[in-house]
Parts: sequence; structure tokens; C-alpha cells
Amino acid sequence: MPLRHFAKWALIAPALALLLLLFITPIGWFIAESLAELGSASEVWLEAKAVLGSRAILGAILNTNGIALTVTLMVLAIGYPLSYALSRARGLAFSLVLICVVIPYFTSVIVRTYAWMVILGRNGLINQVLLGLGLAREPADLLYNRTGVIIGMTYVLLPYMVLTLYAAMKAVDPRLLQAAEGMGAGPLTVFAKVFLPLTLHGVTAGALIVFILALGFFITPALMGGPGDVMMAMLIEREIELSQNWPVAALMTIVLLAITLLLYAVYARFADRTEEGFAR
Amino acid sequence: MREEGFAGVRLERVSKAYGPETVVREISLAIPQGEFFTLLGPSGSGKTTTLSMIAGFTLPSQGSIHIDGRDATRAPPRARGLGMVFQNYAIFPHLDVFGNVAFPLTVRKVPKAEVARRVAEALAMVKLTGLEKRFARQLSGGQQQRVALARAIVGQPRVVLMDEPLGALDKNLRYHMQVEIKEISRRLGMTVVYVTHDQEEALTMSDRIAIMDRGRIAQMGPPREVYERPESAFVAKFLGEANLIRARRRDGALRGAGAARFEVAADRPGLAEGQVFVRPEKVRLLPEGAAPAANQVAGTVRHTAFLGNVVRYEVTLPEGEVMLCDATNASGTVLRQPGEPVGLAWNAADALLLEG
Repeated sequence: MPLRHFAKWALIAPALALLLLLFITPIGWFIAESLAELGSASEVWLEAKAVLGSRAILGAILNTNGIALTVTLMVLAIGYPLSYALSRARGLAFSLVLICVVIPYFTSVIVRTYAWMVILGRNGLINQVLLGLGLAREPADLLYNRTGVIIGMTYVLLPYMVLTLYAAMKAVDPRLLQAAEGMGAGPLTVFAKVFLPLTLHGVTAGALIVFILALGFFITPALMGGPGDVMMAMLIEREIELSQNWPVAALMTIVLLAITLLLYAVYARFADRTEEGFAR
Repeated sequence: MREEGFAGVRLERVSKAYGPETVVREISLAIPQGEFFTLLGPSGSGKTTTLSMIAGFTLPSQGSIHIDGRDATRAPPRARGLGMVFQNYAIFPHLDVFGNVAFPLTVRKVPKAEVARRVAEALAMVKLTGLEKRFARQLSGGQQQRVALARAIVGQPRVVLMDEPLGALDKNLRYHMQVEIKEISRRLGMTVVYVTHDQEEALTMSDRIAIMDRGRIAQMGPPREVYERPESAFVAKFLGEANLIRARRRDGALRGAGAARFEVAADRPGLAEGQVFVRPEKVRLLPEGAAPAANQVAGTVRHTAFLGNVVRYEVTLPEGEVMLCDATNASGTVLRQPGEPVGLAWNAADALLLEG
């Protein structure tokens, strides 16, 4: 037993060390150093109140959560049927869909974002098709606004949802679906009463991963968004690059981190409970 | 389209082919209401495919299937009104015992109060009352089996299909469940179509057995009939230990490789040669120095297996063939040792001449 205990920690240790060295240390150091600039603890407290009271920052927090939520819902709406098709597909069809999902996953975000800008711009592919077919009189504004941000982020984050859902769906025993059908359930009932409940943990996991990743997004909203689409990460970057205001950046980092950790805690709690109820 | 006179399950020249491979060939059978009918066969014999076609999960390539007098050949599974027990139980992991057993009722929009009453009845019948809130992983294999059984009968179907339902249970539990399933099916007057590869299970439970071999029904009949009157060497061997001795017709009599002369029940004079079939338990050891007669052979004990209630002797005949003889371990039994010369005899009424 002690050996097994030791082995477990030995396996986790490298990852923990890496996390400590490359994430916790720099972020802790950054926050500590930045806040030290303010001098005393009461100064920090005053600054924190100012940050939370600032309209621009509050707007960014709301923007960030709103965009993350919309993107998560979009990714789920597109990803669920796509993952289902993937989990049922075989041979060439499977490989093709998988490649279409995975290749973008390995491509740089900047490249993908610029590609979308080519498609969505005023003279882009979509507008040319719309105008050419006479479906629109003037080009639609698909870029440098909320629409652009949502489209771009949905696309970038889709693989995370698809791969998570695919794993959950692949784990569903097809004989359970057949059994439900044999017991009198139509296709919709089989989906609602068996397939959906059995893949729901994949939905929560995928949605959470996407939401958390969306919270910290920077490149896509910065390139594809308009003046009203400022997200937290962009604001943090501005504070550092333009205003050189490290303490405010540090405080905003804490807010962003807190939202993320809170969500993760909710998820961990929820995941634990479903584990208990399920036979696995 | 309702036909008069046949409630139950009827298959009419049903075949199933996957590409060039035919797995079920022109099967016809009629299972009357209330019968416990077993499809028995080795893996790959087509028994599961046949069951799957009755269930509606597989569509036949040819032929028709009638359930309760209605043509159900192309009907979807949910429209067939069957109860089903699946090989791996297929218990829904996201539902507790109550939810699982209630499933066939809730999907048919049965009122809540009635669901509760009928689930309670079904659980009482399989002796699971009190475990309503458990999930599958909190149940033993036997309990899971009972949940599957309760779920199959809760909708009070006239026909229940069972696909190797006891395959995963240990021997003791298996026997208990065999008795219980049989008991419940009789009490509810259900037609049961049961699939198994276990011949003992088939013999214990069935009113009638169809033995399947490479997509065809090799023989069909009540347990005792198919066991004692097999029509082929395949059926004879599949249903238990069988002695099959080469015989040839000479001067109007069946003779073995040596001097032995055989007489069989219902001789088939048309067969010039074949195999004489007799079950080991119908063969008796001769007392020393018996007079030579029909259906008697001499040999040497090769192996003695003491099985408790029975002693099984493997006896080598002078021609090299091996015969089995199951002797009851009656009072005062003296065991014959390997190497001992013995005589074996059986009654003509217990022997058959089979082709091959």
C-alpha cells in the first residue's frame, strides 16, 4: 500500500512541478510585485474598490461573461449533432469529419482568425455570395462587431467540445439504445430518455472547458471585434501595454482567475455527484 | 391483417443474408400462445439473428413474421409489443431500479399511479421489493438479472424474448433463475422465445426446443423427444454425451466393425450404413460371462470417472472405437478399474440408426 501511494505521487509530481514552475510562480510573482507598487494593504483595498467600481472594467466583465456564454451555447448547438455524427460514422466518413475537426485544432489561432476575416469581411466570400445571389442589397456587417467575435470564437473552440462529447457518446453502449427501442420508445424518446442523460456529463464538461477558455480569449476578439467587444484579457493587456498600470492589471487578473476557479469548483462538485449516481 | 386461430409467434420461410453470407435459411416455425420455446445452438448457428428478427432489430431478407396473428415482418421494434431480456441485461445506468422497470410503461405514457402499482407488482414477482432506489452498479449479477426480468414482464406482454439471459451467472444462481423464469412465465401465461447455447438449460426450461445448425432448424420437439430421438448425429451430440457406433448392413442385419450385431428402434432398412446412437446412461455393464446377444459389445475400460451419483466409464472396443457408459452409483457398486475387460449392453428401444 505505501508503495502504491508513493507511486501515485511519483506519477503526479512532474506535472505538479511544471504547474508550480510555469504557472503558479509567475502569476503569483506578477500579482505580488504589481500590488507591492501600491505600497500598503489599505492602498490595495482602495484600488480594488476602484477597479470593481469602474464602469469600463465592469463592462468588460459583463462582456466577457456574455460572449463566453453565447459562444458556449453556439459551440454546444453545433458540436452536439456533429459529435453524434462522428460517433456513428465509420471508415472514410469518420476520418474526414475527424480531420476537419482536428486540423484547425492544431492550427495557430491567428491564422484561423485571419482566415475568418477574409471570409467575413465586407468584400469577403459570404458577402460576395449574398450580393451575387441578390439575397442582400448591401454587404452585411459580419466583422468588427459582436457577430464577428462570436463566429470566430465558436469556430476556434468547437474542437474542444466535439472531442469531449465524442468521448462521452462513444462510451454509450448502443445496446442500451436498442433495448429502449424494444421497450416501446420512439427515436425521440430514446434520445431524450436514454442518449441525452447518458451524455450529459460530456455536455457539462465540454461546456465548462469552452466557457473557461472563452473567458481568457484575447486574439480573436481583439482582431474580429469592435469597440464594444472588449474582453477582460484585452483590458488587462491594455493596462499593461498602454497605461503601464500593473496594479490594476493584477487586480483584474485576480477577478478573472476567481471567476474561473469558482466555475471549476461548481463543476467539480457537479461531476462528483453524477459519478455517484451512475453505474460505471 | 389479423389471422384467425393463431395467437403466438409464427415464422414463415424466414431467411437472413448479409451480402453473400446467409446466416438464417428458410426457417418456419409456429409457437403457440403460452409455450416456452427455446432456440438452441452453437454460436454462429443463427439463433440470435432469428430472435433479433422476431424482435424487429433485424429485418429478414425473405419470409414473413407474424406476432399475435398480425404480420409484423416490417414493423419497428416498438410497435411489436414484446417484452425483452437482453444478454447483458442492458440496464440503464442513469436510472434506478424503479426507473428501469418503469421504463416500458413511462414511454407508453401509462398514468403515474398505475406505473407505481405495476412496477411494485413486477418487483414483487422477481423478489426485488425494497431495492427501488438502487442503481445497477449497486446490484449483484443475480439482482441485475431480476431487474431485467421485471422490466420485461412489467408491460404484461403476451410474448417475451430472452437472449441468453443467464449467460453471466454462476452455476448455482443459474439453476435458481431457470426455475424462477419458468415459474413466472407459466403464472403469467406468456409465450417465451428463449435463446441459449446451454443444452441443459434448454432441456430444463423448454416446452419445445428448436436445435439450430448453420442457419437451419436441425430438429424441433419437446426436450425428451429431441434428447432421446435425435434425427442426426449433430443433434445427438449437441444435446449431451452420445455413443455413435459405425454400423453396416450385412445379410439384412446391422453389424459393427467386429462381430457385434445391433438392433435399433424404428430401423431404417433404406440405410445401408450409418451410426448406431445410444445415450451413455442407457448402456449397462454386463455381469461376468453373459451370453453373446444383439446390442452387446466387449471391450476394455480405458478410464473411470467417479462423478458422485454416476460413474462414467470410457470403454475401448477391440475395433478402436470408444463407448461411454454411465452407471448409477447404486448401493454396493464395485468400480471397474482401467484395463479391466467389460461387456456393455443396451436395449434396442434406446438405440437409433442415424445417417453419417
